[in-house]
Amino acid sequence: MARYFTEEHEWIDVEGDSATVGITDYAQGQLGDIVFVELPEVGSMIDKGKDAAVVESVKAASDVYAPISGEVMESNEALEEDPALVNTSPEETGWFFKMTIGDKSELEGLMDAKAYKSFCDSL
Amino acid sequence: MSETEENEQQETGTLPLDAWHRGKGARMVEFAGYWMPIQYNKETGGGIVAEHEWTRSNAGLFDVSHMGQLMVTGDKAAEELEKLLPGAIATLKPGRVRYSLLLNDEGGILDDLMVTNATPWIEGDEDAGTEGHWGEPAYYIVVNGAMKWDDIAHLREHLDDDVTLTHMDDYALVALQGPNAATALNRIMRGVPEQLVFMQSLEHDFGEWPLRITRAGYTGEDGFEISVPAEFAESLCDRLCAEIEVRPAGLGARDSLRLEAGLPLYGHDMTDTVDPVSADLAFALTKKRRETGGWMGFEAVKTLMESGPKERRVGLALEGRLPAREGAEIYAGDDKVGRVTSGGFSPTLGHPIAMGYVDVAHADAGTDLEIMVRNKRLAAKVVTLPFVPHNYYRGS
Repeated sequence: MARYFTEEHEWIDVEGDSATVGITDYAQGQLGDIVFVELPEVGSMIDKGKDAAVVESVKAASDVYAPISGEVMESNEALEEDPALVNTSPEETGWFFKMTIGDKSELEGLMDAKAYKSFCDSL
Repeated sequence: MSETEENEQQETGTLPLDAWHRGKGARMVEFAGYWMPIQYNKETGGGIVAEHEWTRSNAGLFDVSHMGQLMVTGDKAAEELEKLLPGAIATLKPGRVRYSLLLNDEGGILDDLMVTNATPWIEGDEDAGTEGHWGEPAYYIVVNGAMKWDDIAHLREHLDDDVTLTHMDDYALVALQGPNAATALNRIMRGVPEQLVFMQSLEHDFGEWPLRITRAGYTGEDGFEISVPAEFAESLCDRLCAEIEVRPAGLGARDSLRLEAGLPLYGHDMTDTVDPVSADLAFALTKKRRETGGWMGFEAVKTLMESGPKERRVGLALEGRLPAREGAEIYAGDDKVGRVTSGGFSPTLGHPIAMGYVDVAHADAGTDLEIMVRNKRLAAKVVTLPFVPHNYYRGS
């Protein structure tokens, strides 16, 4: 399983033809206490770089973008009950949704863990 | 943005406690032209919700030095201020504080403020044969940071030349807020809290620090606002934070606390196109002065009080967890009947709350409405403000 990152602070785990998407620890730290996550509907098509989900913190609403294009297969129902999972476990149990990989070449422009770390350090 | 505009942009200012906040791991954001702490480091108990809850249960220390601290002095100070403020200033006793507004001729709100009668008591001198007496009338006014330059210009334009307006820009202002604020302050400045109830103010020399301490705030909790010369601000904050009840709290918690307390925020819940009657701030118009007038905006406000406002500021409690933010539209059935002016998640209540303006026909407490957020309609009910009861100290 390979994990990639975007400059918008989403992570994406790729496993075969499907992928799991969430936001990074850095992102949750910036957002602060999360009170609500609006996830895309299962079966909907999302486009790379376009809005896929919305995270509401105490402070403000922030968009989460689709790291690649594809169809939403599953959304993390646990976030409905406990949105704070995104704060406590952003890169594991606080995942957002699973999706198909529409176009594998879209993964090419994404960062690996090392590149993402130096990207964050440069901010 | 054109080049000229860019050149005119002011550089973000730093306030006396800037380094102190950064030393505490604060995340600094630009607010009202200054770098201000929005929240403190999560590792040391910070974060908006943690700071919010700490303030509701213990005491939060907020830096509000961005606000404008003004002093208006002169024999005619009260009389002159009454031309601009709709509240009674001439009958405000020394040491008393009043919430008031600056209005334009159309009755629109230019800013909201706190005014304190800060007239000093001059001790008598037996040797010189003088008796104790009140000194030159002085009024200490605290205005919103984002509005202070406009307020100063407005006051300078309209106040008679016989009164003096001083911008106390060499002072910091901190607010110690929460149910344990008095306990903590009393341990440092023994006997001071008991001299004050809500909306009273005094001067207190703490060693070489000349402080003005006012029992008031913007969180709905008991607490104190302390005006301190900039050079002593860090030492004062260190002293306060050394008490077990006190932790620093940022702008984020300040906003969620004031929203729960139903307190309007200038530039959002009131603007220069909103009048005090619609804003549900008629309590700031002293009864007698509503009749006698003589203040800017009186004619317009009088007409409105007679005809009644078209819309009113209300509190809205939302179902679910999705907050409605400023700008969201409010519906009754198919009709758009209002707009949200402040909204967020209430840490104390565990659900979203909002303030907004709603047509008077739909503004009564208990009315069921809907708020549109990203094409979803959220169920909301008009509720009486505040959302969370005030906990002011009005005497034992």
